[in-house]
Amino acid sequence: MKLTEIVVQKAIAPSLEVTTRDEAITALIDLLVKAGEVSEDDRDSFVKAVVKRENRGSTGFGNGVAVPHLKQASVTKVIAAVANITNGVDFNALDGNPVYSIFLLMSPEDQPELHLEAMEAVFGSLSQDTFRRFLRQASTVKEVVTLLKDADSQQLSA
Amino acid sequence: MTQSATQKVKITNRLGLHARPAMLLAETAQRFGSDVTVQRTDQDAGVDAKSIMQIMMLAATAGTELIIAASGNDADAAVQELAALVKAGFDEA
Repeated sequence: MKLTEIVVQKAIAPSLEVTTRDEAITALIDLLVKAGEVSEDDRDSFVKAVVKRENRGSTGFGNGVAVPHLKQASVTKVIAAVANITNGVDFNALDGNPVYSIFLLMSPEDQPELHLEAMEAVFGSLSQDTFRRFLRQASTVKEVVTLLKDADSQQLSA
Repeated sequence: MTQSATQKVKITNRLGLHARPAMLLAETAQRFGSDVTVQRTDQDAGVDAKSIMQIMMLAATAGTELIIAASGNDADAAVQELAALVKAGFDEA
């Protein structure tokens, strides 16, 4: 699965101004709502569900990145919103460090293999120092999209 | 004394190796001093079992066969415990 297929281009925020984890989650879901990928009616329940999932175990897996995610019956394909938090935000990350880049992933409920393929694509890139650094440095939507395209064609070395 | 151990297991839980079980696997592996790897039987190289990011990159769905391998002072115990986790389906449905 390719990052450019998952990430909704209209749901990329290269410099999001938030101060808390829950604000970040809300802002990312709002991006998907504005992009027309998530219904306005689902907004509040999705925010609540992602926050609940985070409270059970942080998806801040270390190195300044977090991948909050949700499986939802009303979602028909895997979609993601991406944001950079310029000043970092406390995500209760495993390594205790602030989070600077977030991939929020939503997948259909009954297709675990799709969800795992998407996670593989996301972590395949996020586990690379180069990708994380370039993502964090990206200041425009275009730069983020270019980076995702490069990652898809595996032009980045580890 | 340095031991080495391997065991083949199959992912049994319906949702596969998603974030929660991946984290459980990594946290368990981290408790051991041995080097531990997890490899899909259909791939050539394994990943570090102590890294949740690397485990997620396996995209191991239900039915995927994995080889857990360890080397170090507590390799036998590490492989046994990790294999037991997988076999128990990470206590998921």
